Amino acid sequence: MATVAAVIASTHHPFYYRASTATGEDRPPFADEWVRKITAFRQTLTAARPDVLVMVGSDHFHQLWLDNMPQFLVGKAPFYDANWYNEEREFGLPRMLLKGQEDLSAHILRAGLDSGFDLAFSNELRIDHSVTCPIITLRPEADLPIVPIYTNIFAPPLPQPKRFVQLGQTIREIVESWPSHLRVAIVGTGHLSLELGGPRQFGPHGPDPEFDAKAVEWIATGDIERCLAEVTLDSLHSPGNATHGFMDFMLMMGVAGAGRKADHVDSLDLFHTMEAYFTWYPNGVPT
Amino acid sequence: MSRYLVDKFLYTVDRDPELVERYRVEPRETVLWWEAERANSVLNCHGGEASTWLRFTDEEREALAGHDHVALFSLGAHPFLTLTLFIAMFERDHGPLEYQKAFGARLAHFSMPYPDIAT
Repeated sequence: MATVAAVIASTHHPFYYRASTATGEDRPPFADEWVRKITAFRQTLTAARPDVLVMVGSDHFHQLWLDNMPQFLVGKAPFYDANWYNEEREFGLPRMLLKGQEDLSAHILRAGLDSGFDLAFSNELRIDHSVTCPIITLRPEADLPIVPIYTNIFAPPLPQPKRFVQLGQTIREIVESWPSHLRVAIVGTGHLSLELGGPRQFGPHGPDPEFDAKAVEWIATGDIERCLAEVTLDSLHSPGNATHGFMDFMLMMGVAGAGRKADHVDSLDLFHTMEAYFTWYPNGVPT
Repeated sequence: MSRYLVDKFLYTVDRDPELVERYRVEPRETVLWWEAERANSVLNCHGGEASTWLRFTDEEREALAGHDHVALFSLGAHPFLTLTLFIAMFERDHGPLEYQKAFGARLAHFSMPYPDIAT
């Protein structure tokens, strides 16, 4: 069976690409520290020697729209074009082309459906920065085949937080039951507290540093129980109007497992939002 | 109330570079044209299978025609869509993050809970 070589949870900050490649006067003062932290984070994936990446993210009203909105969707295609005109326009993100791993997509869809998740699927999916940001930060060669999984954290009504955790637990089991010799890294991105298009956006730090500190602690210690006790669909409005993206971190806590401490924990307090990076090695830290 | 249609306007304009420019330069003309010609298009379907029932309320039409992002917020337009499109139109006239901060400051009178965005 396949090996889960690493479980990785991260924020996906669309400004990283531009900040990290800027030079001279255009380079923001926080860029060097950010690059240093990302480089260390990248090494945690490289050390796991993955063959395939399962990438959990959320479409930002690019291909998925309110006339036809899935809650959880798995891509199954030989290739995925990536990044959209408005992401090039606002963030300077490059066009990308990623290979797909269709066998694993098919396995996740079949086993997911049989495990109580009525997953939607897409055979032609153009992916956005929720998937390409972690490619840029963690695997800039963009050379590994992927299985994209999209969650709806964006267009209410949303699934309950516990469903995200359960889906993560199920994805872990499904990947471990894939009849393959390949090493799979499961990578997911979300947000800590975040405000977009509201009065608390683009402040000197994330809109709710207290929530961010608690969230980092829950993730780093694998404290799913406390996280689920405190987080509801209603409560997530308080830290910032886009904080429902935290549920993708909860999904990744489900993948990593209850009580599992992360092997790598880092964060960076930026304007507008806090960055946070976590890696677990289910089969031991690579030597 | 046709919150979905307001979001559909923001979404379909934001993903089309020509429409972004047209809406920036001629907002009222663009909104009236869009409501007449595009509001009822089912995305990915040909014109013969258009919807028949979608129209803005007067308040929604005025908010869009006036580039009034504060009114759009109060009407429950999806704030991500509004922010993304308005950055595309107006960031160019401002220094780094200046527009984004001013956009937030103009919403400072809103407190929790924010207007519902469910469609």
